[in-house]
Amino acid sequence: MSNDIAILGVGMHPWGKWGHNFVDYGVHAARAAIADAGIDWKDVGFVSGAATMRNGYPGYVAGATFAQALGWQGAEVNTSYAACASGSQALAAARTKILSGECEVALVVGADTTPKGFLAPAKGYRPEDPDWVRFYLGITNPTYFALYARRRMDVYGDTEEDFGLVKVKNSEHGFTNPNARYKKKFTLDDVAQSAMVADPLRLLNVCATSDGGAAIIVCSMDYAKKMGKGDAVKVAAISTVTPTFASEVVEMPDIATDSAAAAGVEAHRFRASLPVKAYEEAGVGPEDVSVAEVYDLSSALELDWYEDLQFCKRGEAAQLVREGVTKLGGRLPVNTSGGLACFGEAVPAQALAQVCELTWQLRGQAGDRQVDNAKVGITANQGLFGHGSSVIVKR
Amino acid sequence: MSAKPVNAAIEGWHTLDTDKPQLLGSRCDSCGTYYFPKMLKYCRNPGCDSSDFSEVPLSRTGKIWSYTNACYKPPEPFVADDPFVPYSIAAVELAEEQMIVLGQVVKGVDVDQLKVGMDVELVLETLHETEEDTKVTWKWKPVA
Repeated sequence: MSNDIAILGVGMHPWGKWGHNFVDYGVHAARAAIADAGIDWKDVGFVSGAATMRNGYPGYVAGATFAQALGWQGAEVNTSYAACASGSQALAAARTKILSGECEVALVVGADTTPKGFLAPAKGYRPEDPDWVRFYLGITNPTYFALYARRRMDVYGDTEEDFGLVKVKNSEHGFTNPNARYKKKFTLDDVAQSAMVADPLRLLNVCATSDGGAAIIVCSMDYAKKMGKGDAVKVAAISTVTPTFASEVVEMPDIATDSAAAAGVEAHRFRASLPVKAYEEAGVGPEDVSVAEVYDLSSALELDWYEDLQFCKRGEAAQLVREGVTKLGGRLPVNTSGGLACFGEAVPAQALAQVCELTWQLRGQAGDRQVDNAKVGITANQGLFGHGSSVIVKR
Repeated sequence: MSAKPVNAAIEGWHTLDTDKPQLLGSRCDSCGTYYFPKMLKYCRNPGCDSSDFSEVPLSRTGKIWSYTNACYKPPEPFVADDPFVPYSIAAVELAEEQMIVLGQVVKGVDVDQLKVGMDVELVLETLHETEEDTKVTWKWKPVA
């Protein structure tokens, strides 16, 4: 029996620093997805929201908040919080509901309004909170991404220019994307001239935080067929696995890794374990992928993802970007949306935005960003506290 | 030199031995897994359900796993010098414990003086001053 569900509609509110209430973005995205699906809001039986932690109580109960804003119509609601994977967990909740036969059509939606500058922890003397500890000791988010980037340089021979190539590529991809926040074609020189933030990462190598909203209408395959949309893009896999003890990579916000003294180190690092389950569930392999959306919190991290997604052997990712393999027109375009480089991160909406882009790609509706004959797309992201996800969509 | 008393920025996380300081962690009495910060209640190794731990000092030398720096002033609770002085940061592998511990690198050591695999040792250095005392923390220092 197939575990596929159909993507009937997708919609987004453009990313930016608009400063409006997050609910506005969610409603805009949801209405766009509902219109794209060609259904009525009252047909939705389940609203699965991705929570935001920065907007008070309405953000903690995002599913209900969006359902009320769209007009209470009796649908059941759910809210998921899983850091950067919140959208994928909300999508997984909708899939479970649909596959169990409890509902036919679900709305999955996430939106955020972000503060300016560094994301800072709660105040007070709180050494029991690892997030507080690392800020107190002077270790911010860019620190972790810089550590991964530097390790690539010292161990694999990657260069600052390789990281620059990722940024240049993504800025070219996102240039015509109406939902992208940053629309400027940066050059290698622009990247090299930008201020150093955390050596070897410069300002143009790290992503900003943004406001934005994304929504998806999913339904059972039977319902899609009844709608005459049996050929809709399908969700073929959702992986939200947690890490396996003992992780050998120091992860934000921790000050130390697990000790592997007793348990040993697992064969797959956390990031690499996410797509393993997704490939297995979808019955496809990395060689089948036409297009990917990965979490480029830093442009160097995008290279780690190439290896985690098994697009190449570990240590060889820089070669892919040097040869243009992951650029539009290449064999395996990555971040055709422009990625976080062009969007900035809107946490609860980001994993859904990745699925929106892949849906447009697989439908052939991506305009100037279109990948020829895209059949299989994969997303990957990772966030705090053991959260991460990988979603596979196929035609 | 300041005559203020010296205290750990985070109490109980390391010794205050000025010559050979050590991080204070814990070790599971049953499976031998180390913890830093110390864990004294439940073992997080999925193959172990122990709740018995011993406090142990950790190795004070290790090898650099990776390194970077902070070019911009972090937000609170970090207390920055005025004007802000960038500092280096290292992730250091401890062989016996098979874990990586982050920390600042001692003042005056720039990223271009660091390398993956380099030997470093643990020292104490001022993190910031308060009206009452000097708060020190662990930092990594390349072994000469």
